[in-house]
Amino acid sequence: MTRSELIKRLAEANPHLYQRDVERIVSTVFDTISAALERGDRVELRGFGAFSVRQRAARTGRNPRTGQEVHVPDKRVPYFKSGKELRERLNQDA
Amino acid sequence: MAGKTVTRAQLAEAVYQQVGLSRSESAELVDAILEEISESLVREGTVKISSFGTFLVRHKGQRIGRNPKTGEEVPILPRRVLVFRPSQALRARLNRGRG
Repeated sequence: MTRSELIKRLAEANPHLYQRDVERIVSTVFDTISAALERGDRVELRGFGAFSVRQRAARTGRNPRTGQEVHVPDKRVPYFKSGKELRERLNQDA
Repeated sequence: MAGKTVTRAQLAEAVYQQVGLSRSESAELVDAILEEISESLVREGTVKISSFGTFLVRHKGQRIGRNPKTGEEVPILPRRVLVFRPSQALRARLNRGRG
């Protein structure tokens, strides 16, 4: 499923809403999560999972083509851990 | 890092502020989005949200684990795990204005 398919499904399930409102709802949800991570906050969605930010230390990398050493600065990366309920749903038939 | 936690309630509040639905309907739509994503992952195994990231289900085969307390060998059964690959846009956003 893609973002546009998600919007389509939500619009079908909520025929009283305008398509542009559904688009706005979906954007607001993902923008709010992104903004929280940008601030360094955690986003905990019970049953679904939790997003957090992990710090990666600076390191010396290598250009695989030339073999030359390059400095890779420290950076922040988003991390997601699935929630218990969703993990169980994914493994129900297993 | 600030160490605050954002929950479903804050997402619903943001929808309420931005879109102008009632508070209860805003909360229902946040739940509906997470439910659609969960159902799609169970059914199809991938959900791609442009400029945010991709959720995908990986299949792990059986392997032998060990009970760390007793040292006893126990099989870890095949299972499905969910991984999130953040988009370039989200990665860039977290490192904006640095370096």
